[in-house]
Amino acid sequence: MLLISCPHCGPRDEIEFRCGGETHVVRPGPAEAVSEDAWADYLFMRQNPRGLHAERWLHAAGCRTWFNLLRDTVTHEIKAVYPMGHARPEVA
Amino acid sequence: MRYSWASLIAQSLRKHRGWKPAWATRPVKPHYDVIVVGGGGHGLATAYYLARNHGISRVAVLEKGWIGGGNVGRNTTIIRSNYLLDGNIPFYEWSLKLWEGLEQDLNYNAMVSQRGVLNLYHNDAQRDAAARRGNAMRFHGVDAELLDRDQVRRMAPFLDFDDARFPIAGGLLQPRGGTVRHDAVAWGYARAASALGVDVIQGCEVIGIERDAAGAATALETTRGRIGAGRIGLAVAGNSSRVAAMAGLRLPIESHVLQAFVSEGLKPVIPGVITFGAGHFYISQSDKGGLVFGGNLDGYNSYAQRGHMPTVEDVCESGMAMMPALGRARVLRSWGGIMDMSMDGSPIIDATPVPGLYLNAGWCYGGFKATPASGWCFAHLLATGASHEVACAYRLDRFATGALINEKGEGAQPNLH
Ligand SMILES: Cc1cc2nc3c(=O)[nH]c(=O)nc-3n(C[C@H](O)[C@H](O)[C@H](O)COP(=O)(O)OP(=O)(O)OC[C@H]3O[C@@H](n4cnc5c(N)ncnc54)[C@H](O)[C@@H]3O)c2cc1C
Ligand SMILES: [Zn+2]
Repeated sequence: MLLISCPHCGPRDEIEFRCGGETHVVRPGPAEAVSEDAWADYLFMRQNPRGLHAERWLHAAGCRTWFNLLRDTVTHEIKAVYPMGHARPEVA
Repeated sequence: MRYSWASLIAQSLRKHRGWKPAWATRPVKPHYDVIVVGGGGHGLATAYYLARNHGISRVAVLEKGWIGGGNVGRNTTIIRSNYLLDGNIPFYEWSLKLWEGLEQDLNYNAMVSQRGVLNLYHNDAQRDAAARRGNAMRFHGVDAELLDRDQVRRMAPFLDFDDARFPIAGGLLQPRGGTVRHDAVAWGYARAASALGVDVIQGCEVIGIERDAAGAATALETTRGRIGAGRIGLAVAGNSSRVAAMAGLRLPIESHVLQAFVSEGLKPVIPGVITFGAGHFYISQSDKGGLVFGGNLDGYNSYAQRGHMPTVEDVCESGMAMMPALGRARVLRSWGGIMDMSMDGSPIIDATPVPGLYLNAGWCYGGFKATPASGWCFAHLLATGASHEVACAYRLDRFATGALINEKGEGAQPNLH
């Protein structure tokens, strides 16, 4: 069971949250200038690392806000919690 | 050594001391015509069909751990071809046909058991969807029967027909679906491939992909040294993104953990495979008597090969809603495997933009049933350079062209497929 620290509500059980997958994926534009490959890359291609993963989470059964997590995909250790729109923090 | 009644009797008279290893352990050669990375079901089947169907026997399978240690030995053993979409049905039906002749072909008992797969439905909308799926299957010559509530009750009286929220209204049955002993599939393919000259190399992890000046993949860097290759096929399931990244590729895949559970051994109670329509849950009974069941993914990227408690609870709740008697059985063991969840829920068997490098990936949690056809079609691709006709929809570029194969219509949400 993950214990996730919502930036607004504090530490809560994993079951209150929903994972929204990789974060910092920027939508390319303007639409008419985006190639099929660039669009496919945006919609479908993922880094999927074994190790630190920057991902979006929603506190679905709480304050209903989105935020970012930096989590290890092998140990599940959460290294950082940070708001949407902020850059990925450097962690040791 | 061919396995037969005669060999069994002869060996038992010698107190079983004369059995030879099922596959050979040979020294690694510096170069192969084809190297298959990943000694799971798909990699081993690919190597076997390369030798058997295409006469290419300078083939190696490189496995970082031991064969059968990955998902091929971790799944819940269900085989079926009850698909809806044109791109899928012929492929999975070809796979089921190969299962039907597999044991004779490999001379190996994989305990292929066509005990039937029953998908329950619980309301009118689901019945319409089941009828549509059954019709699509029958158009393709696949067996499907739409059962009403009483027919399901006769087959499986122990289900909860009076559940107030999820009453069982009927089911879609594929009688030819069933289960297969998963380890035996890895061992059977390894043995048959090895007999045709394929080198099955365990304890050999690929850590780099070497490319020539033109960008083509020509060799693999491994924990047992450099090995040259004419063509390289990746069949590494949950590790697809990692290995493809060694050649600079990004894939439409996320790795997620799926758990499985087995109860203590019980007398025969469940006739075939039964799946719940009001949640994600499926159950069958192994020949040893254990109830084998599973359900949802944990829901976030994972390479951990073990799952978390909320999913255990969720799976057991679904099980209790469908089959209350389950609550009287004790869970003996559980484990997890890392799934290569693709963005449309369908697999990829295709060349990559890197010359010489081919990809077999994106099997989600349904790749065990695909093992024979996946090996057959990947071998075809590696040998001829062209897609096999039953796998021609499984292109890597479909994510750019828009020709997605989305059985569930759930969009680019791999944790939902
Ligand atoms: C709990 C669970 C239940 C499932 N239930 C079903 C089911 O009922 N029906 C069904 O059809 N499917 C099911 N599946 C899915 C199915 O098991 C997989 O889709 C399928 O086994 C994947 O193909 P594979 O056998 O080749 O994979 P694997 O056996 O995982 O083979 C991949 C191999 O590649 C190796 N590898 C990885 N990286 C490297 C490297 N760098 N170098 C060398 N080797 C490497 C791994 O060690 C591994 O052995 C289930 C899966 C799980 C986990
Ligand atoms: Zn919150």
